[in-house]
Amino acid sequence: MPLLIKGSRLIDPAEGVDGAFDLLIEGGRVARVDRDIPPRGGDDVLDAGGLVAAPGFIDMHVHLREPGEEYKEDTESGTRAAAAGGFTAVACMANTDPVNDSSSITERILKRAREAAACRVHPIGAVSAGRRGERLTEMADQRAAGCVAFSDDGAPVRTAQLMRSALEYAGMLGVPILDHAEDMSLSGGRVMNEGAISTALGLDANPAASEDICVYRDIRLAALTGSRLHILHTTSGGAVGLIREAKNKEIGVTCEVTPHHFTLTDEEIQGFNSAAKMAPPLRSEADRQALIAGLKDGTIEAIASDHAPHYEAELQVEFDALPFGVVGLETAVSLALDRLVHSGSLTLAQMISKFTAGPAKILGLAGGSLRVGVPGDVTILDPEREYEVVPGAFESRGRNTPFDGMKLRGRAAAAIVGGKVVMNRISGETVIDAGFPADAGVREGAGAGEMN
Amino acid sequence: MKPEPFHRKDLLSIRGLSPGEILFLLEITDSFREVNEREIKKVPSLRGKTVVNLFFEPSTRTRTSFEIAGKRLSADVINISAAVSAAQKGETLRDTARNIEAMATDVVVVRHPASGAPAYLARELRCGVVNAGDGCHEHPTQALLDLYTIREHKKEFGGLHVSIVGDIARSRVARSNIVALAKLGAEVMICGPRTMLPAEAESLGARVTTRVEEAIEWSDVLMALRIQLERGGGAAFPSAREYANTYGINRKRLQGAKPDLLIMHPGPINRGVEMSPDVADGPFSVILEQVEYGVACRMGILYLLAGQRNATGAADAAEDDSGTEAAGEGADEARKPGVENAVAH
Repeated sequence: MPLLIKGSRLIDPAEGVDGAFDLLIEGGRVARVDRDIPPRGGDDVLDAGGLVAAPGFIDMHVHLREPGEEYKEDTESGTRAAAAGGFTAVACMANTDPVNDSSSITERILKRAREAAACRVHPIGAVSAGRRGERLTEMADQRAAGCVAFSDDGAPVRTAQLMRSALEYAGMLGVPILDHAEDMSLSGGRVMNEGAISTALGLDANPAASEDICVYRDIRLAALTGSRLHILHTTSGGAVGLIREAKNKEIGVTCEVTPHHFTLTDEEIQGFNSAAKMAPPLRSEADRQALIAGLKDGTIEAIASDHAPHYEAELQVEFDALPFGVVGLETAVSLALDRLVHSGSLTLAQMISKFTAGPAKILGLAGGSLRVGVPGDVTILDPEREYEVVPGAFESRGRNTPFDGMKLRGRAAAAIVGGKVVMNRISGETVIDAGFPADAGVREGAGAGEMN
Repeated sequence: MKPEPFHRKDLLSIRGLSPGEILFLLEITDSFREVNEREIKKVPSLRGKTVVNLFFEPSTRTRTSFEIAGKRLSADVINISAAVSAAQKGETLRDTARNIEAMATDVVVVRHPASGAPAYLARELRCGVVNAGDGCHEHPTQALLDLYTIREHKKEFGGLHVSIVGDIARSRVARSNIVALAKLGAEVMICGPRTMLPAEAESLGARVTTRVEEAIEWSDVLMALRIQLERGGGAAFPSAREYANTYGINRKRLQGAKPDLLIMHPGPINRGVEMSPDVADGPFSVILEQVEYGVACRMGILYLLAGQRNATGAADAAEDDSGTEAAGEGADEARKPGVENAVAH
C-alpha cells in the first residue's frame, strides 16, 4: 500500500532539500516529493506534523553477533534495536563466529536477515581469513554474495603488506577497506586512554599516538594504491588531522565517529566504570573537541554506533577482564541531536547527512537520499522529544551503555523501510513491526558495483 | 587537620579518604601497637568474626600481616589463594566473592592483579572489603603503615620532603603514598627512568625527576620501590645491572643526603638492585619497623570494618554479636576505639 507522509519538515542533505514537503512512497520506492500532496483513496497516511522527515538512517558499523554469539545479540534483536533507534539499515561487522570470511557465511547472514530483520542488513566481509591477518578472503565471491565492504574490525589489518593487498584487491571490486586503526604493539592489551586518569587509576593505557600511527600507515597505502580507505571509530585529534590533510590531497579516505567518543572522555572511567571500556578508548577532552571540529568541517562524514552488545555475566568482572565495547543503536540518534545539534555544533541537516548521505556514499548504497526512485527508506525525527535512557527498555539484548539514566533531547519518532513503517512512537508508545515487503528486500539499497 | 571518624564499609583507596580519616587510621594504629608488644598478643575484639584473605596474586608479607592482625583480634582468618580458587575454572570474580560472602564472612581482604577489582567487589558485596593491593592502582594499608612509620620518626608531615624512587608507573605503593603524603601536607618527589614514570606524572601531585642524586639531596625520607625482576623489564629498563648502576640506592650515593634521612622500602628487597645491603641494613633504614607497624595498622582496619557493621546499625548483627566486645557500643565508641575499649570485657 502506498505510504504518504504528510506535514513534516523534510530534510534531504544529499538533494539540498529543507522545507515543508510531503513524501509519497509507492512500490517500495520514493514516488513523489512535493508541497501538500493530497491523499488518494488507498494511501496510508502518516501524520508527521511537527516532525522532521529524513532519508533512512544507516548505521554503518554494528555487531549483530550472529552467527555464533546469539547469547549476546542476534539478527532479530539487533535489527529491532536498530529500528527502535531510528535506523532503516545497518552494516554488520565480520567478527562473528565463524568469521564472515566466505560467501556461505555472507549468504547465511542475509538469509537470517530476510527471515527476521526489522531493517535492511548489509554484511561486511573480513579482510583476512579468520581475521588472522594472514591471507585475503575471497572478496570477489563475498562481494557477489552481498558484502558491501571488508574489515577485520576488532583489530587492525595486521600488517602493512596485507593492508596494501587488501586495498588493491577491494579497490578493483569498487568497495572500501574499513580499518580499526590501532598500532597493536602500543595498544594491545591496554584498556584505556593514556593520561592523568589512567595514571591515577593504575590501568594499562595506550596513547592516542597508537591510532595516529596506524591511520598514517593506512593513508599512505591508500595513496599508494589509489583505493578507498575508511577509518572506523576515529578517536584522536591526531587522526582527524591526518585524515583532513589526506582529504585535502584528494587521497580516498573517509572516517566515522561514534556517539560515545564525541560525547564522553576518559574521565568517564573514574571509579572503574565498567560501561566505559571500548577500543579504541574514550580519549581526552581535546580529542573530543577535535572530533566535533572534524564533524563540523566535514572531515568526518559519518556517525556510526559501533553497537557492541555483551552478555551480562561477561560484564560482572574486574575492569581489565571486561570485553570491549558498548551498545549504541538505541542512543546514537538522540546523542547526535542532543550533543551536536542542540549544542549548536552541527545544523540538523549536517547531522542528518552523517547518518544518511555520508555512510551511503562510503558503502556505495543506493539509499541516503529521498530522490525519486530510490528505496523508500525514511527516518522521522522528533528533535524536541525529551526522555531518559532506560537500558532495561532496550530492544537489544545488550545493556552495556555508559548513558544509563541520561536525559536527552531529541529522538527518532519512526522508521520506514521500503514504504513500510517498521517503528513508530509518534503517539508515545514504541511499536515495532519487523515484516517489510519482499520487494524491498534486505539487499536492496546495496550498490551494484562501482560508485562515483 | 584533625582526625575524623572512619565510617566506611570498605577501605579501597587512599584517594577516596579525607586527610582527617587518614589521621584517624594512624591513631587507631597507635592504639593497637601496644597489643603487639604484650606477652599475650591477643585481644578478643573480633571473636566470632570471619576474615577471608582472598589473594589472586602471590604475597607473603601482606597476607601474613593481615592474617596475624586478624588472629590477634581473635577473628577466624581463612586464606584463599587464587592458584587454587575457582578463578581458573571460569568462575567470575563476582561469583567467587559472593560465595565467600554467603558463608557469613565479615571482611574480605582482596589482592588482585587487576586495578579496580576490590572496588568492583565492594559494589557487589555487603561485607567489608579491604584492598590489599590491586594491579597498579593502590595499596592503601601499605601507605598507612608507611605514614605511621614516617610520623614515628619525623613527627609532622607538613613540609616534609619524601621521595619515591623506582618503577612509579607500575607501583600501587607509590600511588597510595603520593596521594596520602600530599593529603597530609608533605611534599613528594618521584624519581625513576622516564620509562618507569607514568603519563602526566605531575598530575599525581608530585615533583618529578629522573636524577636519583637530586632526589637523595632533597629528601627527608626516601622510599625505594621493588624493581619487578619477574616482569622481565621488557621495554621499561634494559637490565637489573643498568638499573642498579643508575638508580640503585647505595652508601656512596647517600653521601649527599641529609644526616637524618630515613630509608624505607615496602619489600621484598632485591638486594643489590634498587638498594644495596649496607643501606637496607644500615642506620637510616626503618624497613623492619614498617613491617612491624603493618600488623597494628591492619588490626585497626579489620577492627573498624568488622566492627563497623555493628556500629553503623545493622540491628540483627548487633544482637548476634551481643557477647563480643566493642559490638553494639555504637559509633561514638568506634570513633575512639583504643585498646581499652577493645579489651574492655
